[in-house]
Amino acid sequence: MKKTIPLIIVIVGGIIFLLWVFVPHKIMADDFYYEFFTPWARAMAPFAALLGVMSLSMMHTAKIKRRAPKWQYSYFFFAGFLITTLAGFIGGTQKGGIFMWMFENMAMPMSATMFSLLAFYMASAAYKAFRARSVEATVLLLAAIIVMLAQVPMGVKISKHLPTISQWILDVPNLASKRGIMLGVGLGSVATTLKIMLGIERSYLGGGE
Amino acid sequence: MTFELFSNLVGAFFTLAIFSFLYKDNPLYQMSEQLLVGISLGYGLVYSYERVFIPYLWQPIFLKHQWPLIVPAILGMFYLLRFTRKFSWLSRYPIAFSMMSVGASVALAMHSLILVQMRQAMIPIENFNLFLIFIGTITVLLYFFFSKAHTGVYGKFVSVGKWYMMVGFGASFGLTVMARISLLIGRIQFLVNDVFGKLF
Repeated sequence: MKKTIPLIIVIVGGIIFLLWVFVPHKIMADDFYYEFFTPWARAMAPFAALLGVMSLSMMHTAKIKRRAPKWQYSYFFFAGFLITTLAGFIGGTQKGGIFMWMFENMAMPMSATMFSLLAFYMASAAYKAFRARSVEATVLLLAAIIVMLAQVPMGVKISKHLPTISQWILDVPNLASKRGIMLGVGLGSVATTLKIMLGIERSYLGGGE
Repeated sequence: MTFELFSNLVGAFFTLAIFSFLYKDNPLYQMSEQLLVGISLGYGLVYSYERVFIPYLWQPIFLKHQWPLIVPAILGMFYLLRFTRKFSWLSRYPIAFSMMSVGASVALAMHSLILVQMRQAMIPIENFNLFLIFIGTITVLLYFFFSKAHTGVYGKFVSVGKWYMMVGFGASFGLTVMARISLLIGRIQFLVNDVFGKLF
């Protein structure tokens, strides 16, 4: 009841889904997928989102209660969450409201800046790799520098062949390595999904009884 | 001060607060980081209520009287029992329901990640570049085959795959850095044109 029935649901449902890919019959394509699975999955989705909200809120509450390191900042999490949620539910999500204003002038600049910070960290990682002085790191950096320079006007001024070399790197060695990796990923993902379907892999059900 | 300039000033404050991390970890950055998580979570919650809960659960049940949808609604509620000690096992049911789709991914991953790639790799070697791609694909695959020791001539052949991967990772690294730099340019343009340009 606690583990066996969920396992049976996954195994039987997995086999039905496998059939769904190969059988274009109305029962599979329309009745099973569009009439049953999709509406049910959509109906369950908001509760999964709520689970995430509850989990994060409980984590921050525990942090405040335990006076864990940097607990004071958890109040800012709650402030941001509550104000945005109330603004969305009371004022609506249309443009011109507080909800959208907060997204456009607070969340968007912050997340864009957060991602742009990575440019500095990647430059520092590249410097550290270069200092390692290994041949592999030098090849990696050389490929990166050529690809980067080919995308800016300065690169063409250095050499008019740079864009051609960059395109060759992307089309030949890059393609070969990505294809090899992708084939490995494909084989791995098929093996993992088969393990789930056969009930060998059960970690997604969580621990306990 | 116009409302637009005020909004830009708020954006600039948070942009600089995040950039302050480049100097060192500081309270301003910590505050902005937590605020961003909170706002993003609130944004996600409101949108999932408006775009998923109302049109796919509330309206079908209470306006269109599609009563069978009460079953997935109850199943969805089981997710929340994850936090209880006695009934946490019930949360396995909605998880099992969503895991059913792995059956489809067996066939779809086999098609998109294996068969399509193999079909593209098995073409006549008509020029030197196609030969290089063929050798690269084979050596990269063999590099991850650990049932045979990477020694001798075989080891040297397999190490070719490592060089291919280094070039491939370098290209991905370069493209990612350029994407991040374009974001950085966007932030600097915002600060220079939309904030300082209008202030002074």
